[in-house]
Amino acid sequence: MLSVIYALLFYAATAFLVVGLAWKIARYARTPAPLKIPTTPAPVTRGGVVLRMAREVVLFESLFRSNKWIWLFGWVFHFALLLVLMRHLRYFTEPVWFWVRFIQPYGIYAGFAMVAGLAGLWARRVLVERIRYITNPSDHLMLALLVAIGLSGLGMRFVARPDIIAVKAFFLGLFRLQINPLPADPILLVHLTLVLVLMLVFPISKLLHVPGVFFSPTRNQVDNPREVRHLAPWAAELER
Amino acid sequence: MATLDMDHPDGPRFVPDPLEIPDLKCGAMEGLKPFTAAPEHQAKLGFPGELVENWKEVALAKMAELARKNRAFQVYLDTCVKCGACTDKCHYFLGTGDPKNMPVARQDLLRSIYRRYFTFAGKHFPWLVGARDLTEDVLQEWYSYYHQCSECRRCSVFCPYGIDTAEITMAAREILDSVGIGQKYANEIIGKVKDIGNNLGLNPKALRATLEDLEEDIEDDTGISVRLPLDEKGAEILLVTPSADFFAEPHIDGLIGYAKVFHEAGASWTLSSYASEAANFGLFIGSYENMRELALRIRKAAEDLGVRRIIFGECGHAWRVAYSYLNTLAGPFDFLDPNYPVPQHICEYTWDLIERGKLKFDRSRNDHIRLTFHDSCNVARASRMGDKPGGQFEIPRNILRAVCNHFYDMDRDTIMESTLCCGGGGGLLTDDLMELRKKGATPRMTALQQVTEEHGVTHMAAICAICKTQFSKVMPEFGYEMDSIVSVHQMVSNAIILTGQETDEDETEDKAAG
Repeated sequence: MLSVIYALLFYAATAFLVVGLAWKIARYARTPAPLKIPTTPAPVTRGGVVLRMAREVVLFESLFRSNKWIWLFGWVFHFALLLVLMRHLRYFTEPVWFWVRFIQPYGIYAGFAMVAGLAGLWARRVLVERIRYITNPSDHLMLALLVAIGLSGLGMRFVARPDIIAVKAFFLGLFRLQINPLPADPILLVHLTLVLVLMLVFPISKLLHVPGVFFSPTRNQVDNPREVRHLAPWAAELER
Repeated sequence: MATLDMDHPDGPRFVPDPLEIPDLKCGAMEGLKPFTAAPEHQAKLGFPGELVENWKEVALAKMAELARKNRAFQVYLDTCVKCGACTDKCHYFLGTGDPKNMPVARQDLLRSIYRRYFTFAGKHFPWLVGARDLTEDVLQEWYSYYHQCSECRRCSVFCPYGIDTAEITMAAREILDSVGIGQKYANEIIGKVKDIGNNLGLNPKALRATLEDLEEDIEDDTGISVRLPLDEKGAEILLVTPSADFFAEPHIDGLIGYAKVFHEAGASWTLSSYASEAANFGLFIGSYENMRELALRIRKAAEDLGVRRIIFGECGHAWRVAYSYLNTLAGPFDFLDPNYPVPQHICEYTWDLIERGKLKFDRSRNDHIRLTFHDSCNVARASRMGDKPGGQFEIPRNILRAVCNHFYDMDRDTIMESTLCCGGGGGLLTDDLMELRKKGATPRMTALQQVTEEHGVTHMAAICAICKTQFSKVMPEFGYEMDSIVSVHQMVSNAIILTGQETDEDETEDKAAG
């Protein structure tokens, strides 16, 4: 019964996440940027823009220039999360790829780093007057959700280990539309439930910054307005 | 926090920090509002004259339209994670301490409404995500705080997603205009350009008389006849310059500088009475249609006069619209000479001549001036000069170094792409906002005081009509003379040696460095 409920929930949440994100991305992509507004100095070639975006996404360049503390906590959290997610690939692949096996121990350290980064961000939200002022309840909840996912995950490694072979069988089964028994350890169910919530919240919350950054005209436009005429379709209509 | 300077020649001392973060003063600037536009001024721009009865529907429909027509609007309202990176970056926040002048808080005034009516979370859990209903009070709050943003884009440099508060401010002003609440200063001026051709409402006859007076002044001063042609068909170059250049100080000295440069280059050039305004206030109110209408005047003037090139005078937002938007709004300019970018900045033109050794200067004529340079916000962060990124910082400085001996930059965190707005940009250069203008200028003035302390700087040059007017008004508040703000081409004008001009000592002639 439990296995069936979780199987259905994961199918539904995945569908919601994929469709929700695809819908948002399609909207961003379809909506024209009527004017050239790159924040200058900006690259003058497409390749330069790709580099700028890569520095933004990988190094958080603008954030680094802005505030070293937010950068430190934010960057550590994001890259620890990435490592943790890559480590989790072992639960979804058989055989497990070499590099996934290689990063297993580092993924564990990353789990701690991720929670530490989140704690730093949360502390700033509470302690720094300016950031406290702009914080909504949802901003606290988002941090709480991520911290709880991190802690429950670490808990399964260091406190109460569920039957991980069975968990893996459950998820591999989902790929083949078959429902294998999911262990009923409370800590596992808490972890999975929180992940489901995260998947559902993703396309309807500020987590849209993940696809959003790639569509930001101040960062993704080439600085060439004098050379190439930029015209939105609705603006072209005005010229008729 | 003030920093301790251990290396100061007179011993260690505290130096005030231009970027010092103030304590929050909630409501400090609440209720500050510029005058609203009269119905006849609104009508000229295609906006209702007063608050329409169904304002809520109209405002929400306008928001939906913006979300459909402008990617930045939607992406920027969706993606902010409230990280706080921008919170200490706005000069108005630094100057006032009002938390609603923090970029993210300013955006949130509109984001809270967008979330309430256009997002799942805001529709069903408004308290959770800070969403709120659109009321008349909200409109009034918008009117107040979206006229405390100069659209200078400093925040967008530091945002990890490049969220540009200027885009949100423009959108909010557009929504306000659409329901009948317009700002007097900007909207009246746009109407004047539509009727007469410039922000001042200077008619062709008055303009011609002004230019003739200037020609006489130059001849009296130098003994050389330098022309300021108006509406001359068949000229090679059309110069479009802010109308403040025709009457205000120090702008007019910049205009004299352009004329001398053209004279020395032997260029055939003209001003146009029809397009006698470089500034395009359509930008400030976020109105594509109004901005386009004003930009088309420049195209028409270029076609009617049969010119081959268009050059813009010193003006910040004007250069943004010219460099970034003119091709979009009024292009393609395939009837102009393809060997030159359309349009060109007067600094690009002058620097090219200097590099080719076509201009002669006597730098010592500027020796009474110890100079720094204020990067104008929209030139710095929304445009370029030359063919390399950052040319907008290099070229004006190169020119200044070629024409004066004492040049010192201000703190690196307050210049170039991190430059601080003068405090009067984006449609705020009006006396009814004087308190805000003074407070907004404080960070820049503190940075200036630093170089005055360290290097004895006496003057600051700028390439924007708004900066020049704003600083000549506020600098006396900070212990400087009104004329401590100078035009870049005023410095050029001081130092340039016109061909045939008698100089005090011919051997002091100083061929400009390339």
